[in-house]
Amino acid sequence: MIPVDVASIDAGYGKVRVLHDLSLHVPAGSLLAVLGASGSGKTTLLRALAGFLRPTSGTIRFGDVVVAGPGAWVPPERRRIGIVPQEGALFPHLDVAGNVGFGLPKGSEPRIREVLELVGMEAAMRVRPHELSGGQQQRVALARALAPEPEVLLLDEPFTALDANLRLRLRQDVRDLLEALGTTSILVTHDQEEALSIAEQVAVMRGGRIVQVGSPAEIYEHPVDLSTARFVGDVVELQATRADDAFVDSAVGSVRIDDAHTGGDGVLVLRPEQLVIVDERTVGNGDAHGASGTVRSSAYHGHDSMFVIELDRGGNIPVRVPGGGHVKPGDRVRVLVTGGGRLFEDE
Amino acid sequence: MISRMRPPRTLVALSGVTALVAVTPLVYLLVRVLDAGPERIWATLVRPRTIETVGTSVGLVAVVIGGCLIVGIPTAFLVARTNVPLGRAWWVLAALPLAIPSYVAAYAWIALFPGMQGFWAAALILILVSSPYVVIPMAVSFRQSDPAIEEVARSLGKSPLMAFLRVTMPQTWPSAAAGSLLVGLYTLSDFGAVSLFRVDAFTRVIYASYRASFDRVSAAVLALLLVLLAAALVLGERRIRGRAQRWRVASGTVRPAVPVVLRGTRRMFGVTWLAFWGFLALGVPLLSLMTQLLRSTSVPLRWDLLVQATINSAGVSALGAAAAVLLALPIGILAARYRSPVVRGLETAAYTGHALPGVVVGLSLVFLTLAVLPAIYQTLVTLALAYAILFLPKSIGATRTVIGQVPPVLEQTARTLGRGPLRAWLDTTFRMSWAGIAAGGLLVLLTAMKELPATLMLRPTGFDTLATQLWSRTEVSAYGAAAPYALALIALAAIPAWLLSSAATNRPAPEEAPIITTVPA
Repeated sequence: MIPVDVASIDAGYGKVRVLHDLSLHVPAGSLLAVLGASGSGKTTLLRALAGFLRPTSGTIRFGDVVVAGPGAWVPPERRRIGIVPQEGALFPHLDVAGNVGFGLPKGSEPRIREVLELVGMEAAMRVRPHELSGGQQQRVALARALAPEPEVLLLDEPFTALDANLRLRLRQDVRDLLEALGTTSILVTHDQEEALSIAEQVAVMRGGRIVQVGSPAEIYEHPVDLSTARFVGDVVELQATRADDAFVDSAVGSVRIDDAHTGGDGVLVLRPEQLVIVDERTVGNGDAHGASGTVRSSAYHGHDSMFVIELDRGGNIPVRVPGGGHVKPGDRVRVLVTGGGRLFEDE
Repeated sequence: MISRMRPPRTLVALSGVTALVAVTPLVYLLVRVLDAGPERIWATLVRPRTIETVGTSVGLVAVVIGGCLIVGIPTAFLVARTNVPLGRAWWVLAALPLAIPSYVAAYAWIALFPGMQGFWAAALILILVSSPYVVIPMAVSFRQSDPAIEEVARSLGKSPLMAFLRVTMPQTWPSAAAGSLLVGLYTLSDFGAVSLFRVDAFTRVIYASYRASFDRVSAAVLALLLVLLAAALVLGERRIRGRAQRWRVASGTVRPAVPVVLRGTRRMFGVTWLAFWGFLALGVPLLSLMTQLLRSTSVPLRWDLLVQATINSAGVSALGAAAAVLLALPIGILAARYRSPVVRGLETAAYTGHALPGVVVGLSLVFLTLAVLPAIYQTLVTLALAYAILFLPKSIGATRTVIGQVPPVLEQTARTLGRGPLRAWLDTTFRMSWAGIAAGGLLVLLTAMKELPATLMLRPTGFDTLATQLWSRTEVSAYGAAAPYALALIALAAIPAWLLSSAATNRPAPEEAPIITTVPA
């Protein structure tokens, strides 16, 4: 198990610079997800790690070995990496065993069988790629990458082409497998849910830079800026004025501030699940907590429902309620906030 | 959208008419051969001359395919995956030889080197003019191969060269194999080059025994044998193409392959290779034509004959193209919209012309008109019909493709908005596809203008086209007088080749990749 260290690299294509002074540390044996919108440079970073793109400055280290840096260069075939590209990119002219054995010396049948068992595809040894479903192709691609026991595994949006149910299952399987093997892995994705659910560490990328690295909970609960907050999940944004060091006043009443990124007034950011609605008839008008409003609309999603509440103090806010909820449009409700919020400077 | 619903009866009936027309020459040939009785068939088959002819034709096919692969693979790689200067221009140049009818190329070389003759001369010319069948699909395949696949191979410990050989090349084999079979079909069908170089391949022998006219059975038997060989190539090509499509695994967008950067001597070598073959295939014929034109100033050019031949060529070809478009329409619609064993059978039957060399259609229609309808023997009607049968596949292909691209839901929506079935079709599907159907017709027209053997056999007495004028002048070694006709033919033929190569350089989606069909000359 080796760590991966990227130290202030610049990289791009021709005159276009895509990565700017980018640094990143991936601890040995861990799974890091690089989360970025399209065009953020995440695929370029992956190509630089794999050795298909040479950074113009900075160094990349796999353990103690400098694979890219001033005067040092290790080509992809000698980096001991595995890649799982988007949609698998299986060799169409080889069967499953041929694909998995591609990076192994001749006569590695037992190893081929072993890795195929790891991904649950041992029954498909002699099957051709075009006969496999999308999810099966991804499993084989993973087996092929893992077969030569790479030091570093790179996954490029490996689940995005799959439908939702399959994605969930495969994601879970891959996570368990990589955890068991302890291969240092880097997964790039634009899907925040995927990044948060699979990785031990998430690096948020924007404009060719890493803007934040942290555990999924840190990224979700303590985003470094408003853009990141919006990117990693649904947000409720409210104008807020400072009450004192610890509290702000907003349309939903007084809210505790856990993360203050500005000293004065600003934008209060809450997650929709932090809001709770209570039927006003059950609490009465005397309760001083929260803010009063009227239910304007509701959308039923099965596992939860979204209500839009028009606050008496002005503005509409979305509130997510588990199940079907217990109020209907026109009802008078009280909106309560659980937990603290984050305060950012107005953008 | 393809429906498994029952197709309308009228459409099936009209398609049946087309299929019937398309298989008529083949069926009639078969009837004539069977009429002769087993002894005469057998006697013709085991005659030394027959066996020699088979040997010559098969040998020629093998040599031409081999030559096309040797020339074509490096050419395809250079134009598709490297940084040779003038990148796009080479695509066009690589496709253009296809535009030169083999008899024009052969004439040009003979005019320059009057001693040229025999098997190897014919092989060289056929390699030069038919190599695009290998180059273009392979280049498209090199372009479209997913670079992620090469990258995975690199990450699994393979050097760039090994990754190319073990992963990229195998993916292009289906295109190379399919292209090779088209080259074989072209070679087998070729009449012009083998005749001018006096190679006794099938087409020349068939034409000769038809001219001698005392042994019609032997001509018919040989023609049928030729069709069998051609059909084997066509079926092989279809199978391989089907497999190639199944090989495409990923469905999403493929990013363009990173070009291989050639520097210094390697780059020089690449450019030299492309320029050398380009010069042989295009430069030499053009140079020769120019020389002949200049030399022939002593003999005044008969403008009246040239204009008359052009008008004749265009007129009868237009007639043939119109017939092809009309015959293709019902089958094209049927194949684009419905799928059933009946539909597949009708479509296959309508494609018969694809496997019929011009000389075979010519021969069969000569027999047929003489025996059944002497009134149309050697008339424009018969000639136009021959063109329609030969080039029907082009027209069906175009019709089917453009109609397939119009979602049927548009037509259904028009129905719900109060239009009858025909009106709905005219206002939606036809409105959106007529241009493509017409383009297919134009392609048939331009191809028919180059057709030689069927034209020679079926034209009315005294009716001369560009192709026959060039032919008769070349036969009597009047090279200078032939030059203007050759030039006119090349100019005409350049148009579809240009369209074809621009379609290829626009990187079409896999399904829309240009399907090249042979142009028997």
